[in-house]
Amino acid sequence: MFQLSHFKGGLVLDGHKKISTSSAIKPAILPARLTVPLQQHIGHTPELLVQLGDQVLKGQCIAKATDGISASIHAPSSGRVSAIDEQAVAHPSGLKALCVTIETDGKEQWCEPSALKQNYRDSSNQQLLNIISDAGIVGLGGATFPTAIKLQSCEPATINTLIINGAECEPYISCDDMLMRERAKDIVLGIQILQQVLAAKQTVIVVEDNKPQAIQSLQQALQKQAIDNIDVITIPTRYPTGGEKQLIKVVTGKEVPANGLPADIGILCQNVATAYSVYRAVYLDQPLISRIVTVTGDAINEPANFEVLIGTPMNELIAQAGGYTANIGGLVMGGPMMGFSLPNDTLPVTKACNCLLTRVTEDTRQIPAQACIRCGECAEVCPANLLPQQLYWYSSSKNFDRAQDLHLFDCIECGCCSAVCPSHIPLVQYYRFAKTEIWAQEKERKKSDNARQRHEFREARIAREKAERDEKLRLKKELLAKKKIEEEGQQAAVDPKKAVIEAALARVKAKKDNTTEKPKNTDNLTPQQQQKIAEADQRRQQKDNKDEAT
Amino acid sequence: MQFNSATSSPHMMRDDGISQLMLQLLFALTPGAIAMFYFFGWGVVFNLIVAISTALIAEAAVLRLRQREIKNTLLDLSAVVTACLLALALPPLAPWWLTLVATLFAILLGKHLYGGLGFNPFNPAMVGYVVVMISFPREMTFWLLPSTINPAALGFIDSFNLTFFSQLPAAMSWDSISSATLLDGIKNHLSQGHLLSSIDTNQQLGNLFGKLAGNGWEWINLCYLAGGLWLFKNRIIDWRIPLGLISSLSLLSLLFYLIDSEQYLSPSTHLLSGGIMLAAFFIATDPVSASTTPRGRIIFGAGIGVFIYIIRQWGGYPDGIAFAVLLMNMAAPLIDYYTVPAAFGKRDQS
Repeated sequence: MFQLSHFKGGLVLDGHKKISTSSAIKPAILPARLTVPLQQHIGHTPELLVQLGDQVLKGQCIAKATDGISASIHAPSSGRVSAIDEQAVAHPSGLKALCVTIETDGKEQWCEPSALKQNYRDSSNQQLLNIISDAGIVGLGGATFPTAIKLQSCEPATINTLIINGAECEPYISCDDMLMRERAKDIVLGIQILQQVLAAKQTVIVVEDNKPQAIQSLQQALQKQAIDNIDVITIPTRYPTGGEKQLIKVVTGKEVPANGLPADIGILCQNVATAYSVYRAVYLDQPLISRIVTVTGDAINEPANFEVLIGTPMNELIAQAGGYTANIGGLVMGGPMMGFSLPNDTLPVTKACNCLLTRVTEDTRQIPAQACIRCGECAEVCPANLLPQQLYWYSSSKNFDRAQDLHLFDCIECGCCSAVCPSHIPLVQYYRFAKTEIWAQEKERKKSDNARQRHEFREARIAREKAERDEKLRLKKELLAKKKIEEEGQQAAVDPKKAVIEAALARVKAKKDNTTEKPKNTDNLTPQQQQKIAEADQRRQQKDNKDEAT
Repeated sequence: MQFNSATSSPHMMRDDGISQLMLQLLFALTPGAIAMFYFFGWGVVFNLIVAISTALIAEAAVLRLRQREIKNTLLDLSAVVTACLLALALPPLAPWWLTLVATLFAILLGKHLYGGLGFNPFNPAMVGYVVVMISFPREMTFWLLPSTINPAALGFIDSFNLTFFSQLPAAMSWDSISSATLLDGIKNHLSQGHLLSSIDTNQQLGNLFGKLAGNGWEWINLCYLAGGLWLFKNRIIDWRIPLGLISSLSLLSLLFYLIDSEQYLSPSTHLLSGGIMLAAFFIATDPVSASTTPRGRIIFGAGIGVFIYIIRQWGGYPDGIAFAVLLMNMAAPLIDYYTVPAAFGKRDQS
């Protein structure tokens, strides 16, 4: 039924998934203190609802989503708010962020269930969207984009294909795999809700072929419930096939236009764990307060998947996984290809934290980079069809215009190019550098644009004010001049003698003009006549001159 | 627990590096080099020894001058590869100083003057080759008959004396030892107004012809081809450049061969004569000086093939690989500029 396509590039990597899939998902121990960052998603920071010292219940909303792109945050367990302050969080920038710290009381006391207690099929789309939004659900595949907003963003009934992403292409990570194995039925229930909201014509769950157990359990769940409008598709294991655009290409053969959204071509993707959270929100009235985290790597004693409350300190999770081995060298949040290394393990687990990857010392050693020999291996594996080597050249030489010409911003930072580079150049790092530099320049340009506009506006205002002043002055002068004339006119009326004299003078002048200006029979003259006239004129002139002299 | 290793993603890097690539390249060269040794004797080995040692010493010296790290750079083996390619391209009776001069120019002028590995716009080996080709045209003709048809093949001592002391074996003259290559002979033959079908009447040329191309040369080329295919299989080289080169050369030679087989050599003779396979799989594929875009690489390879044919057929030199490669090296940035692939999701727009 589905003609699978493929995307250019990519890598076949060792999965290392078996390390963490030998045991079932374990519930993580309730920690004494939960540190819940308010900013766990893409978008605005939600509005804080609690105060220091407040008692909170499990599932109680402690920060409400603002307008626009935002997501609510809930108390993962019951207890007392012991601090609201800036704390170190797991973020590549290393910056601190506002967190609510809850001293847990161990009672795990749930807050009152919300009013809606009906079958979701009888609920309107808006009601369902409200539930998803109120539950603080975000995309759990890694982007943490608020799910309700993503669902609302597309026009109603424009989605042909709803793709449920269970590819999980990064090595080591197995949280989605385990979720699909153990909770396939709930995932399917969640998917049905998404189907209803979107009115999707066709729904597929896409899983890489290295997860046969997950595929099997999904198929069983579909069979048992006799659902025939959801298909499970097995795709070849190839990194980064779980990337949204790559996955769409594989499943439908379509390429999402650059700078476009999947919804533009009638497709919407949701992660399996997101679908599962939707199920929890709608069926169980539970907001997103926990997630499955894979604790794995080569430097942990008992790698496994844990169901972890948001805000749990990572080191407690590590301890529960048997602690580090002796040769621990580093800790990465996320997978080995796109995760980022953490400065320490006391940071709290967030909605984005799908995996804690421990690394042995040997692997954390940086291999010194050699010169690029332009071998082109990077271009072969680039799933975005870029020229990584050229991008590196222009990024390192800060020729950002040329880097943008070569589609720098289409880079998805999947890391394939760096992974195959024989010169061990950290290529992705250069692209991040170039991107942030360009953003900074852009900001700078905007700033200077603003300053220039402000300056121009000021200049214009000064000029305008001057013009207005001048105009006023002119009007005033005119007024004065008019007044003067009027006054003079009045004077003339007062002095009739003077007027008589002036009138007489004017008459004389007019008469004089008339006499001089009307020569007769001056056409067709003979030269002698002309000479006579000239002589006469000369004499008259002399006479006039004499008269004036006297 | 604190971690100091603030590495940036991806946290996976490949284990091998440039040295391993170069090592595999050298390994793939061995069948061809052994074939050359078999047909042309010890001179090939002396060329290799002189070139490799000159390259290493020159590179070490220049790195020291440039105050760069010496040991690891030498160990990347790129200088050794350049030296080997150069040595295998030079005539086996070349005097030691010819190889030395060629290698010095390759390493110093061709490579380090531009900033070393990764920064040279021209193929260093070909820079060295062209310098001696223009400067010492006589010495560049010091080829000899393949051992299979050579009544007076030189032994180790004779070759040694010839290479390092320019001492001819007793009772032998240059003319009796050295011999024109097939391409050279045919060029002369045609320029004298003869037809290709009359080659058999020419004693010397008739000897030079083997089954497909030049006697001995066909085997050497097939060995390089085998090495090249192995490189391709191991993904050390890109297939596009060899494919472009071989197909453009084949097509051109076939076209003219079909027009007039009396004046133009057959495609098989062209492909298996001179250093075509060495050039196609080992020289033109030098990624540093080649085009880097996928489409660009096909154009780059095809351009080399075209220039080789033009120079061979109508130029002043019997073979034109070095010039063809350098000409296309010059064109590589331009080709790259115009062959940027459409990024994902931009196919319809561009």
